[in-house]
Amino acid sequence: MTDQAYNFAYLDEQTKRMIRRAILKGVAVPGYQVPFASREMPMPYGWGTGGVQVTAACLVPEDRLKVIDQGADDTTNAVSIRKFFQRTAGVEVTEATAEATVIQTRHRIPETALSEGQILVYQVPIPEPLRFLEPRETETRKMHELEEYGLMHVKLYEDIARHGEIATSYAYPVKVEGRYVMDPSPIPKFDNPKLGGNAAIQLFGAGREQRIYAVPPYTQVVSLDFDDHPFVASKAPHDCDLCGASESYLDEVITDDQGSRMYVCSDTDFCATRQEAGHHGRLGVPQFSSKKIAKSLEGFCAAEGVTE
Amino acid sequence: MIRIENLSKTFTMHNQGGAIIPVMAGGALQVAPGECVGLIGQSGAGKSTLMRMVYGNYLAASGRIMIGDLDVAQAAPRQIIRLRRETLGYVSQFLRVVPRVPTIEVVAEPLLQLGVEPAAARARAAALLAQLNIPERLWSLSPTTFSGGEQQRVNIARGFAHRYPALLLDEPTASLDAVNRAVVLDLILEAKARGAAILGIFHDEAARATVCDRLIDVTGFMPKAAA
Amino acid sequence: MTFHQPVQDTPLLRVTGLTKHYGARIGCADVSFDLYPGEVLGIVGESGSGKSTLLASLAGHLRPEFGRIAYDGRDVLAMSETERRRLSRTDWAYVHQNPRDGLRMGVSAGGNVGERLMAIGGRHYGDIRAKATDWLGRVEIAADRIDDRPSAFSGGMQQRLQIARNLVTAPRLVFMDEPTGGLDVSVQARLLDLLRGLVRDLGLSVIIVTHDLAVVRLLADRLMVMKSGHVVEQGLTDQVLDDPQHAYTQLLVSSVLQV
Repeated sequence: MTDQAYNFAYLDEQTKRMIRRAILKGVAVPGYQVPFASREMPMPYGWGTGGVQVTAACLVPEDRLKVIDQGADDTTNAVSIRKFFQRTAGVEVTEATAEATVIQTRHRIPETALSEGQILVYQVPIPEPLRFLEPRETETRKMHELEEYGLMHVKLYEDIARHGEIATSYAYPVKVEGRYVMDPSPIPKFDNPKLGGNAAIQLFGAGREQRIYAVPPYTQVVSLDFDDHPFVASKAPHDCDLCGASESYLDEVITDDQGSRMYVCSDTDFCATRQEAGHHGRLGVPQFSSKKIAKSLEGFCAAEGVTE
Repeated sequence: MIRIENLSKTFTMHNQGGAIIPVMAGGALQVAPGECVGLIGQSGAGKSTLMRMVYGNYLAASGRIMIGDLDVAQAAPRQIIRLRRETLGYVSQFLRVVPRVPTIEVVAEPLLQLGVEPAAARARAAALLAQLNIPERLWSLSPTTFSGGEQQRVNIARGFAHRYPALLLDEPTASLDAVNRAVVLDLILEAKARGAAILGIFHDEAARATVCDRLIDVTGFMPKAAA
Repeated sequence: MTFHQPVQDTPLLRVTGLTKHYGARIGCADVSFDLYPGEVLGIVGESGSGKSTLLASLAGHLRPEFGRIAYDGRDVLAMSETERRRLSRTDWAYVHQNPRDGLRMGVSAGGNVGERLMAIGGRHYGDIRAKATDWLGRVEIAADRIDDRPSAFSGGMQQRLQIARNLVTAPRLVFMDEPTGGLDVSVQARLLDLLRGLVRDLGLSVIIVTHDLAVVRLLADRLMVMKSGHVVEQGLTDQVLDDPQHAYTQLLVSSVLQV
């Protein structure tokens, strides 16, 4: 099963050690961006090369891997990364959140609560939360060093000034353990509350930017806000049309050119598990599997040119 | 109030071969509170130079210039700034202001510097401008566009806005008509009456006779070599 | 009689023997002066005279090799960078010649003014916005421009916005590098008047670097003349300009075109 032409999990042992050292440092200093010597991977930047390298450094043969992209197990990105590790590491794979030991994710935290011992690996496009307001890397590093985070609130101020509320809906900045301001990768702000006090280890890898950072289990993570404009973890005001869940993060799917639309859980495993347990939403008829919806979503994303 | 002793002044022209030009030696005079002393002497005798030295605008080569208990010849810049703000007023022949600032603000500024309430400062400025016959429609305009006589009156209003204990007047009535000249002389007499010590240059002999208690000929302070 | 009150005798800033080289070349050498609360100190000299080096060394943008800078009794050069940067966003302010260097061009006027408030812990949007509105008014920018970006402003407005952004935390010491440099003459006048009013009302201490003698005459209480990195003359502004003692100052003053 394993392709013997490759070392276990593709990367050579020295490289994996180098990445593990960066991970350990990240875990020791929660929220701090640790530089690492990111390698060329057999996939383009923007496809999760940072996350893949972190996953490769964490995997052991006994692991059971789950890969999701925007919550779905069966979109192109998720499928190709899962296949990559099946071929190069020969590890078992799963779609069930609870059964996975390592979960690599792009843009979501699974709905099912994580448990101790699990590792959640995020793919990060731009690790520097201050980047858009202060383009100089020398300056942003200084700002982190000296805890000068006023600028982060300027971004939120601009949001309120323009939109009447904090319109940042994903990659919503957080402060970790009262020290470092961190970009949680482009997860929806709905997921932000799950960053803090989580039982799993959360690791973040940015391949192009050559940075790794981490949130160890049970770390305090606070979303930045104003006293008079507090953080709200918002989602579409609907229930899932397939499984009827009211508390999960939803994708909006356009179903025809007449403006019809449906709302479905973005976490396909969560949705399917609920349907199997007999939950039904507005359109939740048995033949309408969540995987088919995921497929149509994939086509939608490709048409819109949506990648990282 | 004003006491000058053994004052001398030289100019060194570094860019003209380092020529040293002595312009004053042995300058001495006193002005008591409530007294007005006029400086006379031919043009170039050093009247304006002496006034500028008293104001701290020119450096003295030696001697003492006591205003109250401060020796201007030795004082640090910040002491002179404070002296000018609180104690020593100066009405020069020329108006030097930030362009585009309304006349009423120009006149009120010395009071604002002293921390007087803006409303009170403007009221005093308005009263002086009215007294000096500056039409009210001009108060909101910058004085830089005014005629020579109007600028002169704005300058006087500014110089009299705060009731300085000591005043230097350089030709205060020079380009004024009879009516305004009388107003200015009244202001000077009023200042004397409240106890101001005034040192002035008046070419206008009638004005001099009206306000001056004594005259001092600065020709006597000219250095021998230059005389 | 008021002149018996003692002049306040504690300088806000005391600079002693400040020296900065660029390799073998002198940036500024052995500069010493005191600045008292509420005083405006002008530094003039031609390009390359060391005035900008001096300003940058004072403001902490350059590290001088020798000398001492005491601010409010504290040794600035011995401070940690955290302390010094805290100082420069609270008690100090720096107005750049080019407003683009001192503003965030991609952030609205309100955000630009509010940044220093947020940097020192302001976390109430309504309060921050109210303060920003107040400050825009004080620098004569209409309140309805609060959400516009500085790129939509004229040069004079940008410079006034930069001043508001700097003064919002009520600093005590303001460094200004040619603040009227790139502006039209008519705009300069308005800015000068604004600065004079703010200096007077807020009791600011200011160090202003310029090559424009007319600007220092109107703004500065005291003047320092620099040549080849050295201070050749200092004193009361009008005294230095009207009765210059040093050969270089005499040349500088006599070279100004009269209008």
